[in-house]
Amino acid sequence: MTRRLVVVGNGMAPGRVLETLFEAGGSDVDVTIFNAEPRVNYDRIMLSPVLSGEKTYEDIVIHDDAWYREHGVTLHKGRKVVHIDRKAKRVVADDGTTAEYDTLLLATGSGPIVIPIPGHTLPGVLTYRDLDDVEAMLAAAKTGNRAVVIGGGLLGLEAAAGLQRQGMTVTVLHLMPTLMERQLDPAAGYLLQNAIEARGIQVVTRANTHAITGEDRVTGVRLDDGTEIPADIVVMAVGIRPSIDLAKTAGIETNRGILVDDAMRTSDPDVLAVGECVEHRGVCYGLVAPLYEMARTIGRNLLGGDAEYRGSVTSTKLKVTGFDLFSAGDFADAKDRQEIVLRDAARGVYKRLVLKNDRIIGVVLYGDTGDGSWFFQLLKDATDISEMRDTLIFGQGYAGGAPLDPTAAVAALSDDAEICGCNGVCKSKIVGTITAKGLSSLDGVRAHTKASSSCGSCTGLVEKLLTLTLGDTYNPNAVQPMCGCTDLGHDDVRRLIVAKALKSIPQLMQELEWKTSCGCAKCRPALNYYLIATWPGEYEDDSQSRFINERVHANIQRDGTYSVVPRMWGGVTTPQELRAIADVANKFAIPTVKVTGGQRIDLLGVKKEDLVPVWADLNAAGLVSGHAYAKGLRTVKTCVGTDWCRFGTQDSTGLGVKLEKLMWGSWTPHKVKMAVSGCPRNCAEATCKDFGVVCVDSGYELHFAGAAGMHVKGTEVLCTVATEDEAIEYCMALIQLYREQGRYLERVYKWADRVGLDTVRQQIVGDAQRRHALHERFLHSQRFAQSDPWAERVAGKDAHEFAPIAAISFQEAAE
Amino acid sequence: MTAPLQLRWVDVGSIADIPRRGARQIVTPNGPIAVFRTHDDMVFAIDDRCPHKGGPLSQGIVHGSAVTCPLHNWVIDLQTGAAQGADEGCARTRPVRTEEDRVLLGLAVAAEQAA
Repeated sequence: MTRRLVVVGNGMAPGRVLETLFEAGGSDVDVTIFNAEPRVNYDRIMLSPVLSGEKTYEDIVIHDDAWYREHGVTLHKGRKVVHIDRKAKRVVADDGTTAEYDTLLLATGSGPIVIPIPGHTLPGVLTYRDLDDVEAMLAAAKTGNRAVVIGGGLLGLEAAAGLQRQGMTVTVLHLMPTLMERQLDPAAGYLLQNAIEARGIQVVTRANTHAITGEDRVTGVRLDDGTEIPADIVVMAVGIRPSIDLAKTAGIETNRGILVDDAMRTSDPDVLAVGECVEHRGVCYGLVAPLYEMARTIGRNLLGGDAEYRGSVTSTKLKVTGFDLFSAGDFADAKDRQEIVLRDAARGVYKRLVLKNDRIIGVVLYGDTGDGSWFFQLLKDATDISEMRDTLIFGQGYAGGAPLDPTAAVAALSDDAEICGCNGVCKSKIVGTITAKGLSSLDGVRAHTKASSSCGSCTGLVEKLLTLTLGDTYNPNAVQPMCGCTDLGHDDVRRLIVAKALKSIPQLMQELEWKTSCGCAKCRPALNYYLIATWPGEYEDDSQSRFINERVHANIQRDGTYSVVPRMWGGVTTPQELRAIADVANKFAIPTVKVTGGQRIDLLGVKKEDLVPVWADLNAAGLVSGHAYAKGLRTVKTCVGTDWCRFGTQDSTGLGVKLEKLMWGSWTPHKVKMAVSGCPRNCAEATCKDFGVVCVDSGYELHFAGAAGMHVKGTEVLCTVATEDEAIEYCMALIQLYREQGRYLERVYKWADRVGLDTVRQQIVGDAQRRHALHERFLHSQRFAQSDPWAERVAGKDAHEFAPIAAISFQEAAE
Repeated sequence: MTAPLQLRWVDVGSIADIPRRGARQIVTPNGPIAVFRTHDDMVFAIDDRCPHKGGPLSQGIVHGSAVTCPLHNWVIDLQTGAAQGADEGCARTRPVRTEEDRVLLGLAVAAEQAA
């Protein structure tokens, strides 16, 4: 039995310990509390509403002075325990106050992590842990007007919202690609970022803070990429660290936190610990629910009980007015798990349940969290949900109810109900046109009524109308979906990227209701291409969504080595270049050197770790990447033309070099090979290329849509032009049209077949205005594409791609 | 007599060294091991050899908790090492765990070496 209990720290956890203790009849225990803060016990969770001005300190006090008096508790405010004498069972505070104990309860909590970047000690750099911090922020908000919050987790976002409510202009810097990545999956993180930005708080993800600037107080923050953001205050909210120094100095076992067993005993059986300072079964908690569970265990055991704490499943809610967000459990993908996802992009609702063996193991709710507690209860109880699975995602209100016929709701709509808001098309118009014209597909409805042809958000409704009108004869899968992650075809995705201004892969997957959390090896490279082709200069390439060849700018070979092909403009080289290639082949013992079909030299069998040094040597001789690995311009083959050939009609070599210099670096749906022949004898084989030029006496015959791959296909004639400049403009315009219309991995000839050769001719040859515009757009996109990827990597970009993360030297024992 | 085997946990780097939805290679005398990091920061380790033709899985595209081999597009489950879909075969999975931001790989050693 405990006669004298001494508590170090007066946060929420020890407060709950005492409540449990007194409720259980422990009123004759003699309790002494030391609190380093000069206050009574208050609700730390409610600091954010105090910061935002929605509550005051008085509102959030849990136990006032009267409560301590009533229970005979001695509270030493503003006195910090500095020493524990475990032999004498006594603690000593910084002002010399001592207290003896039978049982000591450590509740030292946690402290904020301060990143030791330059400038972190400047006045104006604050943390966000206690009421002092809040008061400092409130004072700063009165005088300054710009705040930077470092950390886009729970605390950081609450701090940002509060500071904004106080009238400051706030920027949140977050190291990771999406906000609150510990609690939210990327889709919900993206929705949250949208909502926060819509409130006027600027969010910068992937932001690595380099330094806090200022002479005698904070004036701003500088990021690794050189961006400077002015600030009057900087709040660091990057995480917490258990406060364990007192316990550690006293010789109590600690790791990340103070180690405790299931009875919350430390390595000294007379010393207990509770709250954020504790490490229990390898876990440190920073949320209130587990702390309360620990506290109840201790409260019971102080009177001789044998309660055990076995760890907690936690849930998270963001406490910012206007944001509804809930998450709990484990929501990672895995093979033995299934997901139920509900997305309502227009309303900003996202719900995801992760199931395993018919039980909920993870919940993420955004926008509508009304059922959070119900899902969380099912999760904690491991309730078998197989009976209610069909309606589970709709929440408790539907539990057990019969699932609705999906077309019933559409059938119930009145004839004049508007289906397509963009084009003002009502239900009777669509149904009537389907019947009158004998339509059987979504495209047919789009062509004849315009419904669902703009933003596409009513596509589901139109499809239901087709099902309703045609019954089983309607086959909604007539459009080939991109992959198993979506029902949308390539063209729909491309159209929606433009219509909805989608500018990142997570945004696109959210808005277009992707069925998987991060796509697959089919859709990701396609989406990356569509975004880069649609938003040149704006979209940031996602290298993790590229095939290995485009990621490391070399071609992987069957044995895992790579081949390296330097560019030789128009197939022309020099003795210096050949010498450099020979030197590189010798120096790096490259086993095979071969001439390719595209008039280049291929170095085969280069080890991955040699790629960068090989490129460095080639760069030094003026050689750059030949993009032999790219869905992009590969080569422009030429013959020698009028320079040397007695049959030559034009400078084919010169034109080939010009074309290659203008067009290299551009990303296209599939590889693009070109050639320029100096006369109709066609030595450069221009008539089996994606784009080819055959020079004739009167000018240049332009060809397109040929291939010599799995299918050999001769080119089609586009037109004949008189000048070299025209040949170049037509070429760029055609490639740009292909870039805008081609489906990923669709060669030029397949694209031209699909849209029609005459359509292509009409747009390039027949419509000069359109050709000029395409030409302009191509030139614009080239401004961002023409940077030698080899030189970038020699300079250090993506260094992680080219070296192992670790080398292990010892031999593993045989099994 | 064979000594009993036991796992030795080797620190191979920080989780930040592995790109999200990406992988890195660990070089060992017994052949390379690929260590993966998924979009939600799960970490897996598998022998860096596709069960099909030995392709380096560490160079594939990581999606969900699977990787697509760069050579012939086999999809390998990162948890089990098994090929998905119609393909049959299994890559050897390796014990791996994270501690704070460190990635620890478990390697079999004779018990007396383990400390």
